[in-house]
Amino acid sequence: MEKVEEIPKETLLEIYKTMHKIRTYEETLAEWYYKGKTPRFDISAGPIPGELHLSSGQESAAVGVCMHLKPEDALIGTHRAHHFAIAKGVDLKKMTAEIFGKATGLSRGKGGHMHLFDANVNFSCSGIVGASFPQAVGVGIAAKLKGEDYVAVAVGGDGAANQGTFHEALNLAAIWKLPVIFVIEDNSWAISVPKEKSTAVAKNSERAAGYGIPGVSVDGADVIAVYEVAKEAVKRARRGEGPSLIEIKVYRLRGHFEGDPQHYRPKEDLELARQKDPLMNFEKLLLEKGIATEDELNKIKEENIREVQEAIDFAVNSPYPEPEEALKGVFTGGE
Amino acid sequence: MARKLPMYKAISEAIAQEMERDENVFVMGEDIGAYGGIFGATTGLLEKFGPERVRDTPISEAAFIGAALGAASKGMRPIVELMFVDFFGVAMDQIYNHIAKAHYMSGGQVKMPVVIMTAMGGGYSDAAQHSQCLYGLFAHVPGLKIVIPSNSYDAKGLMISAIRDDNPVMYFFHKGLMGLGWMPSPPEATVEVPEEPYTVPIGEAKVVREGSDVTIVGVAKMVYEALWAAEELEKEGISAEVIDLRTLVPLDKKTLVNSVKKTGRLVVVDEDYRSYGMSGEVIATVVENGISLEAPPVRVAYPDVPVPYSRVLERYVLPDKEKIINAVKSIM
Repeated sequence: MEKVEEIPKETLLEIYKTMHKIRTYEETLAEWYYKGKTPRFDISAGPIPGELHLSSGQESAAVGVCMHLKPEDALIGTHRAHHFAIAKGVDLKKMTAEIFGKATGLSRGKGGHMHLFDANVNFSCSGIVGASFPQAVGVGIAAKLKGEDYVAVAVGGDGAANQGTFHEALNLAAIWKLPVIFVIEDNSWAISVPKEKSTAVAKNSERAAGYGIPGVSVDGADVIAVYEVAKEAVKRARRGEGPSLIEIKVYRLRGHFEGDPQHYRPKEDLELARQKDPLMNFEKLLLEKGIATEDELNKIKEENIREVQEAIDFAVNSPYPEPEEALKGVFTGGE
Repeated sequence: MARKLPMYKAISEAIAQEMERDENVFVMGEDIGAYGGIFGATTGLLEKFGPERVRDTPISEAAFIGAALGAASKGMRPIVELMFVDFFGVAMDQIYNHIAKAHYMSGGQVKMPVVIMTAMGGGYSDAAQHSQCLYGLFAHVPGLKIVIPSNSYDAKGLMISAIRDDNPVMYFFHKGLMGLGWMPSPPEATVEVPEEPYTVPIGEAKVVREGSDVTIVGVAKMVYEALWAAEELEKEGISAEVIDLRTLVPLDKKTLVNSVKKTGRLVVVDEDYRSYGMSGEVIATVVENGISLEAPPVRVAYPDVPVPYSRVLERYVLPDKEKIINAVKSIM
């Protein structure tokens, strides 16, 4: 973390603020998720039905990367993407309304938690593991053909790195020298299967060698380390020097999805996740180094709590879509 | 000015004219550059537009079809060639879970002007993994428009419409209609094609032969088998109307229903698998519209077996003129 002194205080506070906002958001959403799902857990019940994959503990990956992105840069996330959505600047109220299935949501309730789209900031995500990589390649092609300097970030988990799409897309981006950053957010678990039982190499960053591109592994417990690594990759992409692969080791604080009993997960693993908590680590660092006071951080926390509450209120108070809306919008233009 | 062009040249001419008109149009696929496409659909494009806009890809269908989505999300209008439709399996997730659904799932924020063109059809002993039609499978998925030209005029006009459409369009061409020297093709498929750009609207079927006793419906190569059957039937005093659907999604229900209303009999010819497919959809459409038929509708479809290799076996299962004639006679 030796670089922290070189980063302006306002940047550091912005990093802190976004990380804390994400954590606040996810933990608040969890509370809402279980409404109507107790005492008996019924996935289809309550104000937030369906699966919910929360990103608590993985904030550093999203914030460390997205700090370097502009609205015109594309980010394509995974089924667990709230942290990237927030860090990318997706409209929090509309996103929350979408998760609640409301008419005011990003997609008027047609997408939901795993399929968030905000074209204003070029954000999208998908419920299919490994789907993001080829799509980012396409954004890279567009940048090249149009002579623009935007870049594309594809995010996948450690499980996604074993999909064919990952390897095909790395190869394609490498031969065409496209402005793409491939991010493997390694939380050690592909649902219940540990990485060491599913992945032939210790670090997915090693796989970059197979495609002749830079591959770096970074510990997500340290958001500044992620920030520095991502900065280089984004710069390289913008300079037209081609793609990079970044593996960010993150630590999942919650289950794969809410309601996951996690019986497959050793207690020590969860304990490790708590020790590696990037938000707590960063808060400690800011205070210890005297970069921020507790008062300053408390003020940020209060702002975040208020903003998240406003988003929740907006979602809760919004109307549901008219049922007939379900039949609209398969095609654009007519129908 | 119009001149006769084989279908493969009509398609490549359409793409070239759209690439000239709109710099956002570009092409990707396997062997679509220097080779000009295995079935010639991209002939001459590399020479005209260079390797940035005419991109030979590695054998990575999931990657380059997924890339079409990413490029389209940034305002490009990609055309990708899936060399044989039989290869869709490795890329289907990007097609049906992403390209087809992005507009709906995004609440209309994201448009997908993607053309996926692909070769279909057998009849030349290429066997089970290189001879299928499979259009029914794609037509089943919401969000994909499906066009299937049967001649070079429609091929050019439908390609231009497909490129200009803001929705994803699956553009199927039958290998056996392309007019390639090395692949048998009925001469009727090679027709006059205007030099200037024009469109054939997506969603409009065409009555290619008028008749009063029976309606025969088909696409692509089956249109010719139907027309040849109709000529024979005429000699026996049976007047057959033949409809070339040209588009499966959206289906031109009006033309279909009006024809069967008039003739009272329906035979559907389908080179795709029989069950759960186009033939069933066409019949259901007619029945749902309350048309009273003078005889039960008949399907002359590909039986539910993989495409066999040996010439005698493949001929046995492929729908053809004789089978259509027998089907018509069975309901007269």
